[in-house]
Formats: sequence, structure tokens, C-alpha cells
Amino acid sequence: MCRGVTKVFGEGDFAVQALRGIDLDVMLGELTLLVGPSGCGKTTLISVIAGILNRTAGECRVLGEDTSALPDRARAAWRGRNVGFVFQSLNLVPTLTAAENVAIPLLILGTDHRTALAKATTMLERVGIGSRARALPAQLSGGQQQRIAIARALVHEPRLLVCDEPTSALDHETGHKVMELLREVAAGPERALIVVTHDSRIFSFADRIAHMDDGHVERIETPSKS
Amino acid sequence: MIRIALRMLVGDRLKYIGLVAGLAFATLLITQQGSIFAGFTRRSGSWIRDTSQADLWIMDPQVEFTEDRKAMLDSALLKVRGVEGVQWAVPLYKSYVQARLQDGTRVVVRMIGLDDATLTGGPPLMEQGSLDLLKQDRAILVDARDVGDGLKLKLGTDTEGPRELRVGDRVDLNEHETVVVGTFRRTREFFWDPVVYTTYSRALRMAPPERRSLSYVLAKVKPGLDPKVVAARIEEATRLRAQTGEEYEARSMDFILAKTGILPNFGMTIVLGFVIGVLVSGQMLYNFILENQRAFAAMKAMGASNMLLLRMVFAQVLFAAFIGFGLGVGVTAAVGQLLHDSKLAFHMGWKVPVFGGIAIVVCCLLAAFISIQRVLRLEPAVVFKS
Repeated sequence: MCRGVTKVFGEGDFAVQALRGIDLDVMLGELTLLVGPSGCGKTTLISVIAGILNRTAGECRVLGEDTSALPDRARAAWRGRNVGFVFQSLNLVPTLTAAENVAIPLLILGTDHRTALAKATTMLERVGIGSRARALPAQLSGGQQQRIAIARALVHEPRLLVCDEPTSALDHETGHKVMELLREVAAGPERALIVVTHDSRIFSFADRIAHMDDGHVERIETPSKS
Repeated sequence: MIRIALRMLVGDRLKYIGLVAGLAFATLLITQQGSIFAGFTRRSGSWIRDTSQADLWIMDPQVEFTEDRKAMLDSALLKVRGVEGVQWAVPLYKSYVQARLQDGTRVVVRMIGLDDATLTGGPPLMEQGSLDLLKQDRAILVDARDVGDGLKLKLGTDTEGPRELRVGDRVDLNEHETVVVGTFRRTREFFWDPVVYTTYSRALRMAPPERRSLSYVLAKVKPGLDPKVVAARIEEATRLRAQTGEEYEARSMDFILAKTGILPNFGMTIVLGFVIGVLVSGQMLYNFILENQRAFAAMKAMGASNMLLLRMVFAQVLFAAFIGFGLGVGVTAAVGQLLHDSKLAFHMGWKVPVFGGIAIVVCCLLAAFISIQRVLRLEPAVVFKS
């Protein structure tokens, strides 16, 4: 829940107001799209929601927690337990296998190596590339790499999944499959999905779409499901 | 996550090999120069170590190093024998004399005269003949290495060309005829003049007559006694200097280092090697960590604490340092072993690899510390930038 969330970068004459009083509710069990032109504050907003950036003003409670009030170490731990990330550039470690990449969130949480790899392999099977668990990212297609990123974001069963432009580098068909996968694997009554995008092709997958511009949420729509 | 950190390190084979090779090269520079310096300084005491039968060396108090000729009166030997705690004491003569070989080749040699009765203080290893042959008339022993170099018949005769000195050849020492009865092997020394052994009385006959002719007294301490305690007694009783072999070796080495300027000259080389090694390894490590910055940022976003990232980086650094150092020391040691009997002075005792290892680890940790600052200050939000 965000109420009047503001984020300012810099100070004085060089201050940039990226968020200008955001009011937004994201519900468990929903897939919410954040759409808007480049520079409108979408990435800043998800950074604040995910506990990566502190807000400058306003109130933001995620899964009942005001993450800005937590000290850095506690905030990192909270992120590790509760948030899964699918980055636009995927940020897979090129020298690790698919399974090792997927296992990272579990290892950060302290899971032992063997258990983490086993769970990672299981998650890779759920996203449909279990047979490529030992492959390096460079040996996989863009769509397969995206599946690894999704598996990594879900392996530790987070309650909040944040995806930044998950389909921007994919063709229409592959992007569609990725969104179907997200819907199938990630969505659930105890999990909220936030997807930042400016790809109108995937609007139909959303439960709600928040349109942003210039640091504001202009309107929120509920797309019709065909 | 430490295993992940190490996988990140070794996953890119080319970069990993480059990093390890850089660290190995840095180690090679540091340990090789250090070993050569150690080898050089150690050679200054080779003759003392080769003359290992005695516990104590007694000499004129003004003697500075092994080639410093300040002889004692013959009575010093009896005085030393009379000191409590001395089991036996024998004389030793050492001097430079001019040698003329059969073909007229002339060379300055170091002549060592051993106690006639016991031949104590003889060379460490005989190659041809035996030490006892020195008791034969006019007998000398020569270094097996010198026969083809310093003592070589370079001029040749009417009947044969230049050749190596052989057992049976005649050598005139200070116009006194001697015969080569055997050859020996000694540890390479700092000084290059050939060495010949003969008996003490024969050496005195061949040397120029002097009132003081006794170079050293070699003494053995009675079993169970501390050599340093007996040395103090000898010094008090005789007013001569009495030292263990190690002490004399150290003093001789210090004198040679100070007089020849080896220390500052070589020290400069070692320091340069160290600096280059540190810069090379530091730069490579710094680049490696920076290249993985984005991965670290992503892990930070996923909940990794700064402490976890620090542990990962240090694990990578120490692993690479360990492998690189091991390779570097291995190569240095292999080269040293390959050339151990050559003119290359090389000695890798425990100090060189230990201090070299400390240097490499300190340098790597420093590089890691500098580069990790960027990782620790990373805003996880950078991972949202493409």
C-alpha cells in the first residue's frame, strides 16, 4: 500500500523528483502492470516497493512492513525472504549454470548448497527447462534465459514478485509465453505480482493496470478478460 | 555462497587463467629475486658450512670475514686446547698463493692447510681419490669444478692443447712443486678463486715465512656442553674471538654485504620486483571484481548483505592468491632446482616463500578491499538499469 509516496534524487538545484505522491494498492493474488513512458518513475516506484530504495516522503507498507524504517541489513534480509526479482537485463551470472543461478536466492537465505540446487532444479522443471539445468546461460535462447530468471525469482517462494520489462527483449510469441508462464507459475492467492512494462501486447494478462506519467499514477484500469 | 563465489572465479577459464598467471608472475618476481639474493649471501658462508666438523672457530679478533687474513701466533692452538670444555682443537691455514700449472698457466688460488694428523676441516665430498691421500708427499686436492675452469691448462704444451687439470698433474704453488692426488666437490662460494687443500705443515712450507701463520683454530666442544659457553671461556682465556660456525657465517655475510654494496643494489631489484608484482596482481584482481560488479549488485537486490559479499570477494581473492602463489613458487623452485649446480646463486629457504606469500596475500587483500568499496556502496537499484 502506497500513500503519497514521493522520491527525490539529489538536492537543491539538482534535485529530481522521480515520484510525486504515488497512491497505489497492490493486492495479493493480483498481477498489476505499471505502464508509462520512459522516465515516468516506474522503476523508481518498484525499487521503493521492493525495499531497494528509501522513499523521501509518504507511506509505503509492503506485506505489512514499512521497509524504509528498517536498517539496511534488516531490509536486505526482508527482501531476501519476501521479494523475487526478474530484471530487465536478467542479470544471470554467466559462469554459473542455470541451476546455480536459480539457487542464488536460497543460498543467500542460508540454505545448504545441495538442497538449494535440488530446489532450483525442481523450479526449472516447473518453468519447463529442467533438462537444461546444467547449461550455462550463453548456451540458452533468450526465452530460456528469461525462464531461468523467472525460476530464480520464485525459487524461494516470495510473496512479492517484481518484474522489470520481462518481455521487452522478446518477440511477440515468446513474450506471450513468458506472460503465460508468469500467470501459471507465479500467480497465486498469497503472492502479488508487479510487472513494469510499456508493452501493450501483454495488457490482457493483468488484473489491474496502473498508468503512470511524470511521477504520478494517472489512472488505474481493470482490463477486460477475453 | 562461497562455492558460488569460487564458481564465478573459475567459470570464465580464460580470465581465471589470466588472473592466476598474473599472480604467479608476481610471485615469481618476488620469490625469484629474493631467492637469488639469499643464494648470493649464503654463498659467503659456503666454506664455513663445508667445514662442519668443528663446533667453534677461533680467530684473531680483527678478522672480519672468511677471506680476511689476520693470522695468530702458533701458541694460540695450545691455549685453546687448555680451555675447559674443549674436547680437541686443530690448526687451519688459509692463504692466497700463486699457482703455476704445467703449461705455464698462472692463477691465484686459495690454499687451505689441514691438521696433518687428523685432516680435520677437509672438503665435504671427495670425487676422485680420498682425503687420506693428502698425507702423501707434495699432495694437494683440487676442486672438481675448477679443473676445467680456474685451474685449466689454458696455454697448452708442445704436445697437447689446452686441457683440464687431471689427477697426477704437477702444480707449482709459490715455486713449490705439488701433485694433484684427488678432486673434491664443495659448495659454490661467493668468491671465485680456485681452492686447493693440503696439509698444514706443507702449507706453511709453501707459504711466505711469517711470524704469525695460524689462520684458525677449529675446536670441538665436549659432549653435553653449550658451544657458546665454551666459546666465552676461550675468549676470556686467549683474548681471541671464538664463534660457532653460524655466528661466523653471519658476521662474514654482514661484512660482505656492507662492503660490496650488494644489499642496496640487490635490495633495489627486490623492491622493484615486489612493487611490480603487487601492481600486477592488484590491478588484475581489481578488474576482476569490477567486472562482477553487476552480479554483486543483483545479489544485493536479492537480499545479500554487505558482509556476505565481502566474504565472497575475499574467498575469491584468497583462492586466486593461493593458486597463483603456489604456481609461482613452484616455478621458482623448479628453476632453482634445475640450475642449482650452476653459477646462478639461488637459495629458497623458508623465509622467501613465507614473506613472498605474505606479500601476495596482503597485496590481494588490499586490492580486494579497494575494489570492494565500490561493491559495498553499490545501490542495488543499478540492476534495474539495462
